[in-house]
Amino acid sequence: MVKSDQLGDVRTGRGEHAAPMSVIEVDNLHKRYGEHVAVQDVSFAVEEGEIFGILGPNGAGKTTTVECVEGLRERDGGTVRVLGHDPATDPAALRELVGAQLQEAELPDRLRVGEALDLFASFYRAPADTAELAAALGLDGLEHRPFAKLSGGQRQKLSIALSLVGNPQVAVLDELTTGLDPAARRDTWALIEGVRERGVTIMLVTHSMEEAERLCDRVAVVDTGRVVALGTPGELVSAVQAGQVLRFLPRPDVDDRLLADLPQVTEIRRERDEVVVAGGADVLAAVTAALAREGIFPERLRVEQATLEDAFVALTGRVPVTAEEAA
Amino acid sequence: MTATARLAATEWRLLRREPLVLAFGFAFPLALLVVMGLASSGPDADLGGISLIATYVPILIAFNLSMLGISVLPTAMATYRERGVLKRLRTTPVSPWRLLAAQIGVNTVVAVGAVIIVLVVADLAFDVSLPGQGLGFALAFLLTGAAVFAFGLCIASVAPTARTANVIGTLVWFPLMFFAGLWIPRAAMGDTLRAVSDWTPVGAAVASLQEAMAGSFPEVKHLLVLLAYAVAGSLLATRLFRWE
Repeated sequence: MVKSDQLGDVRTGRGEHAAPMSVIEVDNLHKRYGEHVAVQDVSFAVEEGEIFGILGPNGAGKTTTVECVEGLRERDGGTVRVLGHDPATDPAALRELVGAQLQEAELPDRLRVGEALDLFASFYRAPADTAELAAALGLDGLEHRPFAKLSGGQRQKLSIALSLVGNPQVAVLDELTTGLDPAARRDTWALIEGVRERGVTIMLVTHSMEEAERLCDRVAVVDTGRVVALGTPGELVSAVQAGQVLRFLPRPDVDDRLLADLPQVTEIRRERDEVVVAGGADVLAAVTAALAREGIFPERLRVEQATLEDAFVALTGRVPVTAEEAA
Repeated sequence: MTATARLAATEWRLLRREPLVLAFGFAFPLALLVVMGLASSGPDADLGGISLIATYVPILIAFNLSMLGISVLPTAMATYRERGVLKRLRTTPVSPWRLLAAQIGVNTVVAVGAVIIVLVVADLAFDVSLPGQGLGFALAFLLTGAAVFAFGLCIASVAPTARTANVIGTLVWFPLMFFAGLWIPRAAMGDTLRAVSDWTPVGAAVASLQEAMAGSFPEVKHLLVLLAYAVAGSLLATRLFRWE
């Protein structure tokens, strides 16, 4: 387990990413509901054209944070600027510019896909071409299908389409793939990448490591109302990756003490027939050299990389909930 | 098409796909009218010298309006809130108030359609002449609509779910219809009961509709009672209504 003080500079966020104009700026956001503090102190900036993830366990304050950004909730402290506007005092200016996909928002059962798109298009001054949008999101052929008869994946596609129908500059997507099967999740991710290519800046709320790792340029990890880390998924992972872990099947078997005596090795254990060795950055070279001297062949040798999930566990001290469990 | 017109058109389309609402809106009052018409047999001394069917035409009109206002409208709005439709609208340039306006609009269309059908069928089939005081009738109808829709929005404000909105609507609707004279016509009520009825929204509605049907301008007191419910209900609903 990596101690949190090893995380160093990822915690401070920003730094090398201060380049272009920030589309969303959140500083020291604070929000409570009565006695309950939902957001203690959250700060981050989203740059133009990036996919920015807000990652955290359930109840961490993710949705409250984005709802303050969308102007759906009044904050109790801090500042929020979206495309230069304050959502608390100037929400009307943002309605044309920000498209939102809300967690668990439904439509009337008998409303058809095409009608929903046309209806929402009528809300905006310069809407997208609904037929084109439907085709881009794989909704073509479903125009006459009522909402009640759509599958989870189709509903999610419609929800994304509706968030884009006003040609927004920013799309805020909350729990995009919760409840979807793996194939539908992958389709949705491909869609989001397509949306970014249209020039839309995307803020994505998720509790899925896989989703954040796959989609996001940068991620803010939020836990109990605070940003506990901010950076690219790669930065977050390397910050918690203290060293390397090797796994192999020794042929013939090796005496554990041989490897344990190596200065580069910090830990050695057995998992079934396999030897698992943890150590510093040069542990791979040291172990393979030692094995070669003894004439032992490390079968199925592999080096394990830490994932964003390991980073998340290290940062929040919590095992993340999978999409299936949350659904 | 503007957003409000598009919302209203969409609401109308959804309503047409909801056969139950249409059945309640049109078929139910019409069926009751026919039953009453067939049971009616000339002027009745117990009903103040008018026929049963003539007594029931204004009651059925108020019945239909209050059904739409107190049960259909709040259930629809609570459903929209429960499903996150109202919250979703808040993220668009269009205020959810416009969806409310569209809802009231389509329900008004149903109510006007039903009142025309009831009046025409009553006139042609059962010899109940059309309202003698047209303007007074229209005013009484309008104020009744405003009062029951405002009442309904208060229900939609306090009900946490669509189901509870429906239950509250039904529970409130029965006593209101009692005072409107659905079971004991106002003419057959005792003085005390009728005095109480005068102060209820649907009781005042039936009284003023009845007066206009008979050819005189509705009593100002009845109209003011309706206006008071409409204003108080609207103010209360504006303060209490939550979009999520």
